[in-house]
Amino acid sequence: MKKILSVLLAMGLSVSMLAGCGSDDAAGTAADGGAVGETAGTEAAGEPVAAEDIKVGIIYIGDENEGYSSAHMAGIDEMMETLGLSEDQVIEKTTVPEDESCYDAAVDLAEQGCDIIFGNSFGFETYMIQAAAEYPEIEFCHATGYQASSSGLANMHNYFTAVYESRYVSGVVAGLKLNEMIADGTITEDEAKMGYVGAFPYAEVISGFTSFYLGARSVCPSVTMEVQYTNSWADMAGEAEVASKLIDDGCVLISQHADTTGAPSACEEKGVPCVGYNIDMTSVAPNSALTSASINWGPYYTYAVECVMNGEAIVTDWCQGYVEGADKITPLNETVIAEGTAEKVAEVEGALKEGKLHVFDTSTFTVNGSSLEDLIAQGGDYEKYSAYVSDGYYHESELASAPAFDLIIDGITSVTE
Amino acid sequence: MSREVTVAKREPVVRMAKRDTISRGKAWGIRLIAVLLSLVTAAVVIVAITKQNPVEVYLGIVDGAVGTNRRAWVTIRETVVLLCIAIGLTPAFKMKFWNIGAEGQILMGGAATAALMIYAGDALPNWLLLIVIFIASAAAGMVWGLIPAIFKAKYNTNETLFTLMLNYVAMQVVTFCIVFWENPAGSNTVGIIGAAGQKGWFPPVLGITYGLNVILVAVLTVGIYIYMKYSKHGYEISVVGESQNTARYAGINVKRVIIRTMMLSGAICGFAGCLIVSGASHTISTSTAGGRGFTAIIVAWMSKFNPFAMILVSAFLVFMQQGSIQIASQFGLNENASDIITGILLFFLIGCEFFINYRLEFRKNRNA
Repeated sequence: MKKILSVLLAMGLSVSMLAGCGSDDAAGTAADGGAVGETAGTEAAGEPVAAEDIKVGIIYIGDENEGYSSAHMAGIDEMMETLGLSEDQVIEKTTVPEDESCYDAAVDLAEQGCDIIFGNSFGFETYMIQAAAEYPEIEFCHATGYQASSSGLANMHNYFTAVYESRYVSGVVAGLKLNEMIADGTITEDEAKMGYVGAFPYAEVISGFTSFYLGARSVCPSVTMEVQYTNSWADMAGEAEVASKLIDDGCVLISQHADTTGAPSACEEKGVPCVGYNIDMTSVAPNSALTSASINWGPYYTYAVECVMNGEAIVTDWCQGYVEGADKITPLNETVIAEGTAEKVAEVEGALKEGKLHVFDTSTFTVNGSSLEDLIAQGGDYEKYSAYVSDGYYHESELASAPAFDLIIDGITSVTE
Repeated sequence: MSREVTVAKREPVVRMAKRDTISRGKAWGIRLIAVLLSLVTAAVVIVAITKQNPVEVYLGIVDGAVGTNRRAWVTIRETVVLLCIAIGLTPAFKMKFWNIGAEGQILMGGAATAALMIYAGDALPNWLLLIVIFIASAAAGMVWGLIPAIFKAKYNTNETLFTLMLNYVAMQVVTFCIVFWENPAGSNTVGIIGAAGQKGWFPPVLGITYGLNVILVAVLTVGIYIYMKYSKHGYEISVVGESQNTARYAGINVKRVIIRTMMLSGAICGFAGCLIVSGASHTISTSTAGGRGFTAIIVAWMSKFNPFAMILVSAFLVFMQQGSIQIASQFGLNENASDIITGILLFFLIGCEFFINYRLEFRKNRNA
């Protein structure tokens, strides 16, 4: 009896363990059986592929429930509509982890005859390069990565958008809100401190919060910002917790570079205005979400698939912004934004599109009290930035599609250690 | 319990009775019925939720698991990893030492592997590097198994909690290592290690990419079978598992058996880490073990610690996992749908063990 009891207990224990871990170990290869038996795409890059024959594969880190991946899905839908592709020409693999599962998924898509394969998460890159080396006739495109040009593979590409532009615009919206709060007497000028919930402390995030901050400071000169990290791209509870911590630290406005609605939910609870990322946050924070910096991936997916259809080469690094419609902010939430925001946003967006306004204008920020030009002139660690800086601004995402700005500028406190 | 029921005045309609023995054929027959029932139940759920044809869905599962050569090899690769961990857990569980710390032991073995691939990748020839990796990963897992064993032997601490807690320590150790290994800094991803020269990667054997994985685990499986069944150590483990007092009375040094067995268990689980990192993913992250340390507990129990039955059970679980991800993609379902199907299958498979251990006796005569 005792033995049986212990057996059952152990089983119950293991079942409950499995319940918690099931989704992780189910990660292996996802695939679409609909295409099995068809010949693999043998078209060499350069040969046109007819629209009805083309097959597109996409590997997502998340699924439709996760803001970042759902933005990519919307881009794929836009591409399908523009180019007239049918559902069975697009094979989507969702919730693929950043390990060998990504390689398995990529080669499985290749075997299913995909002519072009996209991957949307940073950690996919090395696995996609591995697959790209094996299938030179298939185009592999990786979002947010930086190694395509150094991989030496003609069929490996990186893409990103100039999301710093939409972050800058969302920063302007935040700055105007701060101005309104100062004018109301809710806070003093010195209390204009924003909080930023970051995912990981590397260039993509640093570039993002710097542009957001510069946008806010362009209208509210006294603003400062504190950044804290969750060390995860999607951690609902963690993001809410970090947001609350920032609010306790005296932050009066919150923004984020992480993929869930955790931070806006916390802000809604505490009545603190916030700026989201990827998706409209008004559904979870109707009384505090101002807007969200957002990316429209449609232009790239349309461009890349069209290249394959026309037999043209895809650029190794693709990065477009407001002009091409690849970046935008989500509709302004009229109940929260400050008066005159819409007009100011239109003005800033216009200046960005005309190329009159550069987000990383070196005259608008300093690092440790010195301008970036002076630091580069001093040499040392800063010399590597010389390739990026000319004509009075930092050329973000021009040398490679992935963001490269990784300096902490004055006015921002970033807690990494 | 059954005796109490029988003395009751009115006999119930159904009563449970412990089976003394059950023939092997009958036991597997019950399991087969459980599988069929679970497939029917899952089919009902599929139809109810998705309105898909369940036969097509099952064909999708087969297609996803073994539909192409490559998919079949991925299934085999995942199977041998799960099998290796279950093999590693066997000695400990047989001893009634509830080692639920396989996750941590795998992670430590994986971390040792990754460290060697990164720091010794260029210094050693590949064959020597691999041997060093085997030893180091097993040693790392061994240490992670040894710590709770010493505390259990010396202070009789609760090994279930201890091994579980060590999983989280191992995760933190890996997180700490990633700080040094991540590329680029701050991104928290290590990426493929040694992509250029494939240093520390399992080489293809006879032209088969995952050939070495299969060979190594096959050797381990046979080895543990012999060890458990025919060696003196194996016998001591069973005795300690049945009753520590009996073991002491028989002159077995219980403490020594506990420590020795957990070292072996941890070492094999650590080696599984090397199987994952060197033999498949070529990277390290906190999700490298991916819950397989827990899934393997089910494999070991469902197989009654018979290493050959474990081959079947782990292959079955991985088959379902690989296959059900395929149907998620093919029919546009969320991946949680595949978890539901796997959950239904496990429910029936674990539940059927009840009918193998007990039989139901129906009241024969109402007026008796």
